[in-house]
Amino acid sequence: MDLNIIWFLLVGVLIIGYSVLDGFDLGVGIIHLFTKDENEKRVNLNAIGPVWDGNEVWLLTGGGALFAAFPIVYATVFSGFYLAFVLLLTALIFRAVSFEFRKYSEVRNKKYWDFTFGVGSLLPALLYGVAIGNILRGLPIDAKGAYLGTFLGLLNPYAIVVGLVSLTMFLLHGAIYLTLKSDGKQKEKMIKVANNAWIAFVVLYLLATLLTFFFGHYLFASVFGNPIFWILLVLLFASIIYIPIGLKTGKTGYTFTASSLTIALMILLMALSLFPRLVPSSIDLNYSLTIYNASSTPRTLLTMLIIALIGVPIVVGYTIWMYRIFRGKVVFDKDSYS
Amino acid sequence: MDAVLLARIQFAMTIGFHFLFPPLSIGLGWMICMSEYFGRKNKDYKVIGYFFGKVLGLIFAVGVATGIVMEFQFGTNWSEYSKFVGDIFGAPLAAEGIFAFFLESTFLGLYIFGRNKVSPGVHRFSSLMVAVGATISAFWIIVANSWQQTPAGFIIQNNRAELTDFWAAVFNPSTMVRFLHTVDAALISGAFLWAGISAYMILKNKQVEIAKVALKFAVIFGLVTSILQVFPFGHEHGRQLARTQPEKFAAIMGLYTSQTAAPMAIFAFPTDMPPDLKAKIEIPGLLSWMALGDVNARIKGINEFPRENIPPLFLTFVSYHNMVILGMYFIFILALSAYKIYKKTLFENKKLLKILFWSIPLPLAACQLGWIATEVGRQPWIVYHLLRTKDAVSVSVGAGEILFSIFLFGAIYILLFSVLFVLLKKKVNKGFDLLSEERI
Repeated sequence: MDLNIIWFLLVGVLIIGYSVLDGFDLGVGIIHLFTKDENEKRVNLNAIGPVWDGNEVWLLTGGGALFAAFPIVYATVFSGFYLAFVLLLTALIFRAVSFEFRKYSEVRNKKYWDFTFGVGSLLPALLYGVAIGNILRGLPIDAKGAYLGTFLGLLNPYAIVVGLVSLTMFLLHGAIYLTLKSDGKQKEKMIKVANNAWIAFVVLYLLATLLTFFFGHYLFASVFGNPIFWILLVLLFASIIYIPIGLKTGKTGYTFTASSLTIALMILLMALSLFPRLVPSSIDLNYSLTIYNASSTPRTLLTMLIIALIGVPIVVGYTIWMYRIFRGKVVFDKDSYS
Repeated sequence: MDAVLLARIQFAMTIGFHFLFPPLSIGLGWMICMSEYFGRKNKDYKVIGYFFGKVLGLIFAVGVATGIVMEFQFGTNWSEYSKFVGDIFGAPLAAEGIFAFFLESTFLGLYIFGRNKVSPGVHRFSSLMVAVGATISAFWIIVANSWQQTPAGFIIQNNRAELTDFWAAVFNPSTMVRFLHTVDAALISGAFLWAGISAYMILKNKQVEIAKVALKFAVIFGLVTSILQVFPFGHEHGRQLARTQPEKFAAIMGLYTSQTAAPMAIFAFPTDMPPDLKAKIEIPGLLSWMALGDVNARIKGINEFPRENIPPLFLTFVSYHNMVILGMYFIFILALSAYKIYKKTLFENKKLLKILFWSIPLPLAACQLGWIATEVGRQPWIVYHLLRTKDAVSVSVGAGEILFSIFLFGAIYILLFSVLFVLLKKKVNKGFDLLSEERI
């Protein structure tokens, strides 16, 4: 295994870390958009209040790591997706300020920050999948590695279906997280939301997989003979199927683990079928950006690996500690978001 | 319009706005941490730390929101730059995330929401981690930016800069001195916000006794950091500049022709074409002494450098000199306040309290001016002597798209700033939150 493969895996780890952790934040935000009761709104905000910012750092670190390990991908995709990124950043900016701004606003103004929190979560949840859909289908990259696409070209039906997959997946994940954090009527509601989101997610995921046969046939070229693919697939099915069972039997902790695993396994399956490409070219697969032609030098990859080996365990350590401190149902105190 | 110019305007706007907040987070972070530890002996500090913790929460939120843009903007707007420097520049950004930003955000969550969930010792420790995280964050960002100023530890190969020595790149010739200078500027910014708010509370007669404690602390903290900023940090930064970026040094100092016993221009109005200083007040030999430790040393002026390599002269000179004037003002006003504290008359001196309140934005202005001097002073290069700014922008992003994002981000930033201002004002008007016994 060379350094490029290690970094392919590490970028995958960062994406999984982001998706599992900030995934439920986004889901809670989407639910918040449809929450009427003030007390329930406060539960939503405080369920993720102490942790969402740390979760979002996975995204920032992922961006930095991509820049360091695969600068050509960072440069090509980010400049290629320019307007989509501007839209995403706008959403993330508004989401980031919503918590504090809502807390200190007059009661009559709180609704504006409810809205920015909700839409600021919904949009990234959708764009996440749209971006992945476009990458899976391949981007118009020429022989020199230059991006030739347009903004409207990114909004193709296939990418939108994948966007809806990520939207429903994060909604499901967020609803399950809230079953851990809320009580009584709100918890009942969240179980219902989770069940409905699960159905929508399963239908859309199957549809997206079916469409992938047409739009990204190359992705299936080498996976069927690979035992890892089958192992991941079986685990994914098991996790997805467990979710409604866990919801019914009230095993909320296990259910949350199952939805986290679902997200992680979906990303691993995708990574496996993309490998060793990072950004396939829709013009000619040979023009694709791969872990070899888009990477930094071995020296930088090694340096970054050392940084990751020192830093990531520490981060994971205190993150777990933090979740233990804030575990259990939301209880309001003077410092809570209001 | 020119896409390069637009991309530069957008970068200047987004970094300039973002750079209002990290200095306050770092400054407040350390002062809150100190208050928490002082609070073991003096309960007033607990109340003060608690209050400024809430202020930090608000400011930090806007800092995070505007910081997200920065992490991705190199890729979106400066793709050719990203390809050229990715082998070196990405690592400090990733290190910032792993070593600093996780720490700061996670422990700020614990500090703000965990008061009743962990022991007082752990809670105090969380405030320390917030300050440490913010400071390490500044370190890695300054590493990245310093490498643009004084690149080291690389070779040019395969049309890009490739890393040869990580530690040489990290501790390039300007990293440490710029890091200390920047962090100290952050501490001063925090001190003035703290002092200004405390002075305001005394003026408005809100929990005056606690506000007095807070003001005293901020004046002393600010005075020490303001003096250190001139000597040694500012002085050392100037010397480093003279050695490693002589064009920038000549531009910010207004030295347009080489001379021995070069004078330091204290005040002047620079004019372009041919470059000249009008209405100048100078101290002979001071510049030579400052840069090289010898009043008679010869210093290279702008005339010795190729025309295509010299930075804009007016902007660099004016930003640098105004920053210095502000720096002197900080020492003066804080020394005066400290003297009045010693004489026990500060708290009755309405005029001085008002001046302290209205001085809140001045260190932030000094930060902006310093940043303009250093970044504009590096032009026309994006990486000093290696890559020109005009060759660094994204080729696939059109001027219209950038114009759109400038207006969008501009509008959002104006909105965020206005809301933050209103909410902070409201928070300050409510005064310190007196903690009940069991919470202390």
